[in-house]
Amino acid sequence: MKRRDFFALLGGGIVVLLDDEIYAQETGGPRRGGDAPAVPLEIGAWLHIGETGVVTVYTGKVEVGQNARTSLTQAVVEELHVPPESVEMVMGDTDLTPFDMGTFGSMTTPRMWPQIRRAAAAAREMLLDLAVRKWSVERTTLTIADGRVSAGDRSASFGELAHGEKWTRTIPASVPLAAAADWKVAGKSLPKVNGRAIVTGAHKYSWDLKRPGMLHAKVLYPPQFGAKLISLDAAAAEAMPGVKVVHEGDFVAVAAPEVEKAATAVAALKAQWKPVTAAADYRTVFQYFKQTAQDGAAKAKNLTPYTIAYIAHVPLEPRAALAEWEGGKLTVWTGTQRPFGVRSELVQRFGIPEERVRVIVPDTGSGYGGKHNGDAALEAARIAKAVGTPVKRNWTREEEMTRAYFRPGGLIEVAGKAAADGTITEWEFHNYNSGGSGLQSPYNIPGKKEQFHQTKSPLRQGSYRGLAATANHFVRESYMDELAQSVKLDPLEFRLKNAKDERLRNVLVAAADKFGWKGRKKTAGRGFGIAAGFEKGGYVATCAEVGVDPKSGAVKVLRAVVAFECGAVVNPEHLRNQVEGAIAMGLGGALFEEIQFGEGKIATNRMSKYRVPRFADMPVIESVLLDRKDLVSAGAGETPIVGIAPAIGNAIFDANGKRIRRLPLMA
Amino acid sequence: MNGGPRGVDVDADRTLLSVLRDDLNLTGAKFGCGEGQCAACTVLVNGVATKSCLTKVGAVEGKRIVTIEGLAPEGKLHPVQQAFLDADAMQCGYCIPGMILGAVALLGRNPNPNDAEIVIGMNGHICRCGTYPRVMRAIRALAGNGGRA
Ligand code: FES
Ligand code: FES
Repeated sequence: MKRRDFFALLGGGIVVLLDDEIYAQETGGPRRGGDAPAVPLEIGAWLHIGETGVVTVYTGKVEVGQNARTSLTQAVVEELHVPPESVEMVMGDTDLTPFDMGTFGSMTTPRMWPQIRRAAAAAREMLLDLAVRKWSVERTTLTIADGRVSAGDRSASFGELAHGEKWTRTIPASVPLAAAADWKVAGKSLPKVNGRAIVTGAHKYSWDLKRPGMLHAKVLYPPQFGAKLISLDAAAAEAMPGVKVVHEGDFVAVAAPEVEKAATAVAALKAQWKPVTAAADYRTVFQYFKQTAQDGAAKAKNLTPYTIAYIAHVPLEPRAALAEWEGGKLTVWTGTQRPFGVRSELVQRFGIPEERVRVIVPDTGSGYGGKHNGDAALEAARIAKAVGTPVKRNWTREEEMTRAYFRPGGLIEVAGKAAADGTITEWEFHNYNSGGSGLQSPYNIPGKKEQFHQTKSPLRQGSYRGLAATANHFVRESYMDELAQSVKLDPLEFRLKNAKDERLRNVLVAAADKFGWKGRKKTAGRGFGIAAGFEKGGYVATCAEVGVDPKSGAVKVLRAVVAFECGAVVNPEHLRNQVEGAIAMGLGGALFEEIQFGEGKIATNRMSKYRVPRFADMPVIESVLLDRKDLVSAGAGETPIVGIAPAIGNAIFDANGKRIRRLPLMA
Repeated sequence: MNGGPRGVDVDADRTLLSVLRDDLNLTGAKFGCGEGQCAACTVLVNGVATKSCLTKVGAVEGKRIVTIEGLAPEGKLHPVQQAFLDADAMQCGYCIPGMILGAVALLGRNPNPNDAEIVIGMNGHICRCGTYPRVMRAIRALAGNGGRA
């Protein structure tokens, strides 16, 4: 959209454009040159106040359950003094919202939230300007509250003030903002703005969407990853009424008026595939990582190996996309964390200009880093193009469990030494494949050596909530306990001895105090563990109490205390919700989640074969939020996940003396 | 069906879930697994929480079906829906319609469940976002009055 088109789309009123050159540069921005981008390049967000008083905010971020819609609404309410009901947040629509790199890396709160506050603050000043102009009063006599500007006995709604205007203001992203201590709504808990649509079932996820004349599609996947199609006999499927078969090279799909019919048709395809020899299975993969390390493997001999299994995101809403071609323009509705990334994938695939592709992201049934790309969107668009009707491609759970990418597995080798007083004197840490996030120890260790080794992966792998920080923290914090044990120091004392960073010390002490670490009483079959870390601008410490069955070794996590500090707290209730969610999710990867694979196939291909945490697995969770009003707010969706696995592993050791050096701990 | 008779002319072998969603446009019941593992597809059949992904549509002929859309009269919330809102018991929300109907059924057969009974009653429901403690809180708040406000 061009600047002049804003009012054509929305009618009169006022518009604030937030010029964020720095963000555009840092994120690589939209592609420059070539096709004209939909919204001016450097715009980070924009906001419109219409003649009805509705405030519409446009951001390329998406809502995947992390509550961005609510926290960004709060930002507007705070600055503009409007009731939340009059704010409409348009998110993740490549035709309407500014370019955004994606919703991941806990960037919404640190980057988008202040941007939207700035835009809202600028709009407030414009409304005050309008009142000054219209009423010829002193600016200082004006008050603004509840969507109205008043002066003495005069009062006007935002809509009345904006009436007949076509006023655009562009502001830089560097305008100063009110300090956290002065926040009114931000920093308090605002209920989820679309909660009602969720509890009534009215909200439409991608899985739920429909278009007239739409067909449901299925794709024929090879029986092994990477297998090539030798021959296809589609006669039986083609003979089914209403069924269309698409066959383009190795890509084979069917479309039918009903889901069940599409499933029957794809099952009726007779295909021959050339078998492949798989490089590794889920047990041999750790050796494979070392063999394929691009920079060579570590030389040191005294390293202790830990292993990390591949795990799946299992978003409860499997990937889904609805694609429609109309007059050479493609529109795709899909749940993704990167609407603009998916648009690029589609642009490349079909060789059409950017303005011919629109990606719309309905609030999505979660992602956890799993919905970064446009697999379902590409399939739906390709099939829709071939059959000439809108096409729905809803992945089944089995497709989700086998065709999506995974959190990388990893081999981590570690060695270290501690002096008698507990000071760590040596530290060497090698991560193969799982990734570099959270690799750096937050403790003060002179001369430490930490290295990430890129390797080959037999499975498709990608982002996941917290990335490799979970793996790296698991190993580091488990090994911290091994070192503490070697010098017979209490795990908390040992950590405090080596932690100079005040914020790290604070969370450790806060978690330990709340947990009652010092006064803990050991009884048979019970164990206590502690772990801490730093990631994405936030500090976390986690204490866990576990019960271990002496016969079966089965572990039940009884209690978890999480101290979390991520700068100034924006919405305490939602922050607690994120902390609890991170613990719940982290528990699965800690205890039992593991992708089992071999011969180019995933064996854990259904929910009945892949255990995820349930009500009965939940410990009592207590969170301590350290609110640092003097520090910028960091994102919170990821960091709290990193401490739970090592806290549990350490607690198991405390309970039965067994050091488990793998994730999942209960494999 | 949600308080009144509804007829559909479909193959009796199809799942209740897909008929609800694709033919009756009631998409509040969600697909999560298709194999009875997650309970996102829960609806009430004669008051009993039922996984619609495992239920053939032919098997519910003549029965009383309540989906999330029909739980409360238009514009009103059922006390369980309100309790979920009050407890902020949702993140992405995908599991929530199923959870709410599961909770309605639980409170219907046991108006005063303790924590252990809530866990047993709700354990078939998966929330991948991990809102379990919040859902517990929502149900706890209603325990003792059978889900009535
Ligand atoms: S979709 Fe029915 S139980 Fe999961
Ligand atoms: S709120 Fe996302 S699955 Fe439950």
